[in-house]
Amino acid sequence: MEATADFTAERKYDFDVVRWFTIMAVVYLVVGAGVGVYIASELAWPFLNFDNPYISFGRLRPVHTNAVIFAFGGCTLMGTAYYTVQRTCGVSLWSNKLAWFTFWGWNAIIALAVITLPLGFTQSKEYAELEWPIDILIAVVWLSFTFNFIMTIANRKSSHIYVSNWFFLGMMVMIVYLHVVNSLSIPVGLIKSYSLFSGVQDAMIQWWWGHNAVGFYLTAGFLGIMYYFVPKQANRPIYSYRLSVIHFWALMFGYVWLGAHHLQYTALPDWTGSLGAAVSLAMIIPSWGGAVNGMMTLSGAWDKLRTDYVMRFLIIALAFYAMSTFEGPVMSLKTVNALSHYTDWTIGHVHSGALGWVAGISIGAIYHLMTRLWHTEMWSEKLVNVHFWTATIGTVIYVVAMWVSGIMQGLMWRAYDEYGTLAYTFVESVAAMHPYYAMRAVGGGIFLLGAIIMLFNVLMTVRKSVSAGSLREARGTPAVAAA
Amino acid sequence: MADKNTPPKGLQERMERNIWGLLIVVAIVLSVGGIVEIVPLFYLKSTEEANRFPEIVWQEAGTTPIVSVKYETDADGNALRFKTDDQGNFLKKDNGELVHDPKRGVLRTVETTWNWKPGDGIRPYTALELWGRDIYQREGCYLCHSQQVRPFRDERERYGHYSLASESMFDHPFQWGSKRTGPDMARLGGKYSDEWHRQHLRDPRAVVPESVMPGYPWLDEEDINPRKMQRHMKGLRAIGVPYSDADIDAATGLLHGKTGMDAMVAYLQVLGTMAKLDPGVVYRE
Repeated sequence: MEATADFTAERKYDFDVVRWFTIMAVVYLVVGAGVGVYIASELAWPFLNFDNPYISFGRLRPVHTNAVIFAFGGCTLMGTAYYTVQRTCGVSLWSNKLAWFTFWGWNAIIALAVITLPLGFTQSKEYAELEWPIDILIAVVWLSFTFNFIMTIANRKSSHIYVSNWFFLGMMVMIVYLHVVNSLSIPVGLIKSYSLFSGVQDAMIQWWWGHNAVGFYLTAGFLGIMYYFVPKQANRPIYSYRLSVIHFWALMFGYVWLGAHHLQYTALPDWTGSLGAAVSLAMIIPSWGGAVNGMMTLSGAWDKLRTDYVMRFLIIALAFYAMSTFEGPVMSLKTVNALSHYTDWTIGHVHSGALGWVAGISIGAIYHLMTRLWHTEMWSEKLVNVHFWTATIGTVIYVVAMWVSGIMQGLMWRAYDEYGTLAYTFVESVAAMHPYYAMRAVGGGIFLLGAIIMLFNVLMTVRKSVSAGSLREARGTPAVAAA
Repeated sequence: MADKNTPPKGLQERMERNIWGLLIVVAIVLSVGGIVEIVPLFYLKSTEEANRFPEIVWQEAGTTPIVSVKYETDADGNALRFKTDDQGNFLKKDNGELVHDPKRGVLRTVETTWNWKPGDGIRPYTALELWGRDIYQREGCYLCHSQQVRPFRDERERYGHYSLASESMFDHPFQWGSKRTGPDMARLGGKYSDEWHRQHLRDPRAVVPESVMPGYPWLDEEDINPRKMQRHMKGLRAIGVPYSDADIDAATGLLHGKTGMDAMVAYLQVLGTMAKLDPGVVYRE
C-alpha cells in the first residue's frame, strides 16, 4: 500500500529537484566535515599548515563553516522544504523551473565560496565571509526559494498551513532581513569591500546575524524538518498542536534578541547585553517545549527505537537540541560567560548543536527521504545503524574534549598564584590544550567516517533503485496509472 | 476539505488559513528584537565614549594629514616621477642621476613627517596600516585572536586597559573576534619589537615553541600598487572615515618599497596605542 501511495506522489509532485538537493547535501556533509577534521588537526599539529596560504587555518576555517552551514545545511533545507511543502499542501511546486534555478544557483554559490575563500577574499564577518558579488547572488537565489515556497502554499489544496511550513517561512523571512542588513558594504574592488558599519554597531549587527544564522537557519529551518519528518517516521500525529503554536511564536519573537549575549562585557552597552541574556534565559521554555513535543510524538511507540534506525537519529537529535538549548542560555549568563567566552567551550556548544541536533535531524530526514524518493529500501540498514553509532560517539568525544579544554582555558587565564600575580602565561594555556585538540580531531574523524559511510550507502541505494527500475516504475506511464 | 467552509476561529486559525496574513505577522514579529537592540546604538550618545571624552579621539583627523609626505618637485613645485625597476628601486643613469618618467614613473619621497604621535587619540589608519589590516582580515587572524579586552583584573594585567567602543569607531568591519586560540590583540602595539613580529610571523614556533599559529612567510614576498590602497581609502572615506586628500596622496610615499610584512607589522604596532587612557577615569559604566 505504501508503495502505491508513493507512486501517486511521484506522479503528482516535483521530486527531481528534491532528489538532487538530497544527494548534494550528503556530498557536502562529507566535504564540510572533512575540512573540519583537517583544520582541527591543524590546531593539534600546526605543521599541517605547511606554510601554504591556501590551506592555512585562517582561510580554511571559513571554508569549513560555509560548507557545513550553507552547503550541507542549505541543500538539506531546500530539499526538505520543497518536499514538505508539496506533500503538506497537496500540490506540486508553484514553479519547478524556479526550483531548478535555486538548485543551480545555490551550487554555483558554493563553488564560488570554495574558490574565493582559500584565495583570501573575505568580508571577515563570521559566517558571512563571502564577498559582495556572491552576497548579491545569495540574495537572488534565497528570494527565489522563498517566493516559490510562498506561492506553492498559496496554491495549496489543504485548508490549513501545516506547522512545519510556518517554521520554514519564519526562517526564510528572517534570513532575508539578516543577510541584507549584515552584508551592507561599500565595494572598493571587484571582490573587496568594507562593511558599511563600524565598531560597536557593526559588532551588534554581526552577532544579530551570527546568532540568528543559528537561531533561524540552523534551528527554525530544522524544526520545520522535525515537525514533518518525526511524525511521518513515527507514523503518528505530532504530540501537541498547542505546544507547537507556542513553540513557533515564542521562537519567532524571542530568538531575534539573543545576538547581544555574544558581546557580554565588551564595549557594547550593558543594557543590550543584559537584554540579550534575559531573553536567552527565557528561550529555554519554548525550546524545551519543542523538544518535548517532538519526543512525545513517539509516546506509546518507544519500541520503534529498537528497530527503526532512522528514528534513532531523529530522537537523538532532539536530545541534543534539548541539551544545547539548555547550555546556550546558561552560557549567556554574565558570570558563566565571563569564563566561557573566547574559549573552546563555545566551540563545543556549537558542535553539540551542529553535529548532534542539525546533522542528526538532517541525516534522519535524508534516510527517510531516500526510501520515499527512490522507491526502494536502503541498500544496507546495517550501515545506517553503524552510521548512527559513529555519529553519536564522534559527537560526544568532540563535545567532551571542548568542554574540558574550554573550562580549563577559562580557569587558567584567570588563575592567580599565592603572590597575587597571574599563575599562567597565555602560551602555557595553549600547550595545555594539545591533548584535547588531538581528541577533538579524533572525535571529528569518527563523525566524518560515519558521513562517508552514509554517502556510500546513499549512492548504493540510488544504484539499486536505478538497476531495479523502481523510480521508472513509480513514475509509470499514463496508461499504467489509469489501470 | 470540509472545514474550508467553516469560518476561522481566532487570529491563529486565520493565519493558518491565509499565507499572506501569516507572512505579514511573521515579518513584523521578527523585526522587533533587531530594531530594539540595534537602532538605538546609532543614536544613544552613551554608546560612544568619545561623546563624553572627546580627548580620546584625534580631533585633527581629516584636516591635518596623519603623515605629511613631501615628494620631489621641480623648480615650479610640480611633482616629479621617476623610473623604477620591478622591486620598486629607483633606476639611476651612469652619472648617478635618476631617470625621469613623467607618465609611468613613481613619486619620490624626500621627507615624511608624522603629525600624530601615539596617545594623541583615535584616528583612521595610514595607508600602510590599512594594508596590514586588509591582510589581517584576509588571513582570518580574527578567527583566533580577539581585539577586545574585558574589564576584568586578569585581563587588565595580561593585556591592559579594557577596550572602549570608540577605539574601533573607524574599524569597518569590527575585529573584536569571538575566540582566543591565541592571545588578545587589542593592546598589542609596542609590546614587542618590529623584528620579533617579523620572525614570529615567518615562523611562530621559532620564537614561541608551544605556539599553534600558522606561519606567514609569503608576506615578505608581497608588494602592492598604491592606487589599490588609495581606492580602499576613498571607499572608507565615502562611508564616513575622515581621510583628507593628503592622507590618500601619502599612500604613494608610505607604500613605496614596502612588503606585506611591513604593513602587517605597522598595523600590529598601532593596535591599542592611539588613545591615552587614564586608569583613574571611568569611561564606561
